[in-house]
Amino acid sequence: MKPIRRKYSVLPGFGLTMGYTVLYLSLIVLIPLTALLLKSASVGWEEFWRTVSSPSVVASYKLTFGASLIAASINALFGFVVAWTLVRYRFPGKRLVDAMVDLPFALPTAVSGIALTAIYSRNGWIGQYLEPLGIKAAFSPLGIVIALTFIGLPFVVRTLQPALEDLEKENEEAAASLGASRLQSFRYVILPAVLPALLTGFAMSFARALGEYGSVVFISGNMPMKTEITSLLIVSKLEQYDVAGATAIATVMLLASFGLLLAINLLQWWSSQRHRGVA
Amino acid sequence: MSIEVKHIGKSFGSFAALRDVSLRVNDGELVALLGPSGSGKTTLLRIIAGLETADPNPRSEILFHDASVTNRSVGQRRVGFVFQHYALFRHMSVFENIAFGLRVRPRNERPSNPELRDRVNHLLKLIQLEGFGNRYPSQLSGGQRQRVALARALAVEPKVLLLDEPFGALDAKVRQGLRTWLRKLHDEIHLTSVLVTHDQEEALEVADRVVVMNQARIEQVGTPDEVFHRPATPFVMEFLGQVNVFRGRVSGGRVLLGELALDHPRHTAARDGSATVYMRPHELDIKLSRNGAPSLAARVVRLNPAGSVAKVHLRATDGADIQVDLTLDRFHELNLADGDDVFVYPKNARVFVPDYAI
Amino acid sequence: MEATLNKAIPIRPAARVRAATEEPLWVKLSLIGLSVGFLMLFLFVPLLAVFTEALRKGIGAYFASLSDPAALSAIRLTLITVAIAVPLNLAFGLAASWAIAKFEFRGKSVLITLIDLPFAVSPVISGLIYVLLFGMQGWLGPWLDSHGVQIIFAVPGIVLATIFVTFPFVARELIPLMQEQGTEEEQAAVTLGASGWQTFWRVTLPNVKWALLYGVILSNARAMGEFGAVSVVSGHIRGKTNTVPLHVEILYNEYNFVAAFAVASLLALLALVTLAAKSVVESRLHHHSQKTLEPATAEE
Repeated sequence: MKPIRRKYSVLPGFGLTMGYTVLYLSLIVLIPLTALLLKSASVGWEEFWRTVSSPSVVASYKLTFGASLIAASINALFGFVVAWTLVRYRFPGKRLVDAMVDLPFALPTAVSGIALTAIYSRNGWIGQYLEPLGIKAAFSPLGIVIALTFIGLPFVVRTLQPALEDLEKENEEAAASLGASRLQSFRYVILPAVLPALLTGFAMSFARALGEYGSVVFISGNMPMKTEITSLLIVSKLEQYDVAGATAIATVMLLASFGLLLAINLLQWWSSQRHRGVA
Repeated sequence: MSIEVKHIGKSFGSFAALRDVSLRVNDGELVALLGPSGSGKTTLLRIIAGLETADPNPRSEILFHDASVTNRSVGQRRVGFVFQHYALFRHMSVFENIAFGLRVRPRNERPSNPELRDRVNHLLKLIQLEGFGNRYPSQLSGGQRQRVALARALAVEPKVLLLDEPFGALDAKVRQGLRTWLRKLHDEIHLTSVLVTHDQEEALEVADRVVVMNQARIEQVGTPDEVFHRPATPFVMEFLGQVNVFRGRVSGGRVLLGELALDHPRHTAARDGSATVYMRPHELDIKLSRNGAPSLAARVVRLNPAGSVAKVHLRATDGADIQVDLTLDRFHELNLADGDDVFVYPKNARVFVPDYAI
Repeated sequence: MEATLNKAIPIRPAARVRAATEEPLWVKLSLIGLSVGFLMLFLFVPLLAVFTEALRKGIGAYFASLSDPAALSAIRLTLITVAIAVPLNLAFGLAASWAIAKFEFRGKSVLITLIDLPFAVSPVISGLIYVLLFGMQGWLGPWLDSHGVQIIFAVPGIVLATIFVTFPFVARELIPLMQEQGTEEEQAAVTLGASGWQTFWRVTLPNVKWALLYGVILSNARAMGEFGAVSVVSGHIRGKTNTVPLHVEILYNEYNFVAAFAVASLLALLALVTLAAKSVVESRLHHHSQKTLEPATAEE
């Protein structure tokens, strides 16, 4: 790759701002992340593998990925309904509801964690009704799903809203004039058009859930092999001064996140390609 | 199949889009709704289609083939609707776009796959896009997209075809080609069609009859010839083609315009007062000297002979701007130059006297 | 029989046909009910729980928990952290967006992806990377220690981790907006004799002020509330390296629920203020971008 070279511009300040950007980015983000990868490489393949494939770690992957997948699916479904009602319908309190959707972004994760635990524990507001049904919400995988649903909700809603707003009413009118029922319009015209946005929101919600820590540690109960998420394992390794072990697991999670990031970018590229040209 | 609307009104909030509009479109006719933006033409078309509902009024009615469709939904009315911005489904190929209306039919009415393929291929041929079935809308030009939109509307074998500014988003050249093509297509399939346009040239060229609309009402309905040469209202006069407008006076059954006095039998009964005189640029002649007939003295301001007629811009002695279109032969004969003092002779003029109602 | 049949078909007044692109009323109402219900259950109930639990033992206990010295020192530390992290990221966001939006160069999209990278890194790992660099078992740790500098389990580590997790907020709000606005106005300013600084201060900044504020609001909220990353680097030294969220955790783990929720309610209030500020700025942002876009679309 050639060095960064810019076309001529009359505006000043490129050297200064670009230099600062690259320096700051390197110091804060790139060098520390490289340190993680280098540390991980220095662990040695065998030990690395032994750490990341030990039973408790594998159990944590299953739990983390499984719960994240379920939470992201719940969010995709209900997020769609929420985005749809917010874009298409008018009802009292809509602005308030719209603003509230961002609460999981704004509320510190530790606060959501203890609040959800309080609600879903055995004598909590909701937990007391689940208990007689034999459903244990807090301190079980279900609790983890609840916490991950909470923190991932805004992603689906916020990526779908602009996509739904961009839909041209004429497309649905065309479908209706061609004899399609409302359900057929939805299935064949609306859904395919917003599918990239829906998948993007799903992937973002899933990615966020994979790395989530604060809101889960309180409600999960952290029982070894049962309700230990991967982030928690990294923290406990660190607390036992097993930096190498923590690094190895973190590397696996980091690669998974980057893979998802790549998938999200591809999705967005795909959707922009499809929309190109047709005004 | 004929279309008839009766006493249609429609308002959006405090804005009246249509006021008590009635219109009949005969079977097999191509009618153009012509008017400036905001005149209500698109609203009328959308109400005919069922995409919009008229304001409740016991007298208002929409009839297809003399049967009421007022309470039918858009899907039940079996109209083909072509949108200004095509409204193609961008995630579907051209083939799938055209096939859409057939695929969403109830199972027992749905054509079999080979039948459907035949039908779509036939339509692709009709719109001269054979071999484009696998392309996506984004891979087509604007004119091609609009033809696909038309084929999609025709695929469901509609009883009427409604086109909302179908060529509005295209450039002038493509527009001209498509316009001719649409007229030819209409002559082949004879589908009762309503076309909305703000382009008078398009309306006059394509339509059997033109409905001129203004401010939520119909101003005039007539053949292109009628609306152009016998405009019923000042609005129609001004909207269709270029026109010179003069403020004159009615006096003793004659219309006085500066030194020009025009006989006007239609207004012999008119009371004395103000009048508006309209003269089309091609209905004026220029002479270098007076010949005794009533004329207007004017000075040449600008000459523009580039075109099929020569446009001469003049300023009358009272300061009014006048435009005269001369044939190129006549123009060369006169050999005009900027600043020349000449005399303008009307060959024809139309006078509108304000309503007494005021 | 015939007569009754005729009667059975009422002549209805016109215009009771549902618009082509609308759902039946019952579908609308159930969807609205479903989404409001879902949001109530998942968003509103937890929020309400925070305040209810905090006030469980009355208003006195509530304020006692807030005025506890450890709570006060946690609040102080959080404010210090935010006061350092947010301005640094603001300066970075301005520099990065100027370079990226106003100039053409190779590798631009790579740079944008790299700036967004911290969003893809989970909180715990965001803390871990600094432990690996500056911790006692890390590369620079022993050297720093011998010079009497402590970063991990101290305030600098907390600040660094906070900078990392809020790194992209301002930049990612500014870059797309400034790209969309182009460079025409800046070029006009330069041709009128403005210096680079004047151009930036008088032309560019006023055009992006709402987006800037938006980014600052978001990074402020995240900086005050960050838990995972800070937890890894802080060492949880009460009164010294405890931020407000970490203090909540300690109180909660000590079964001091009322105090935990009382302190948490502060953060919840902050979240509500953030949401309110955010929607105000959003409407301004929307208004502003519409205003700047209108002439462009009118040209068509």
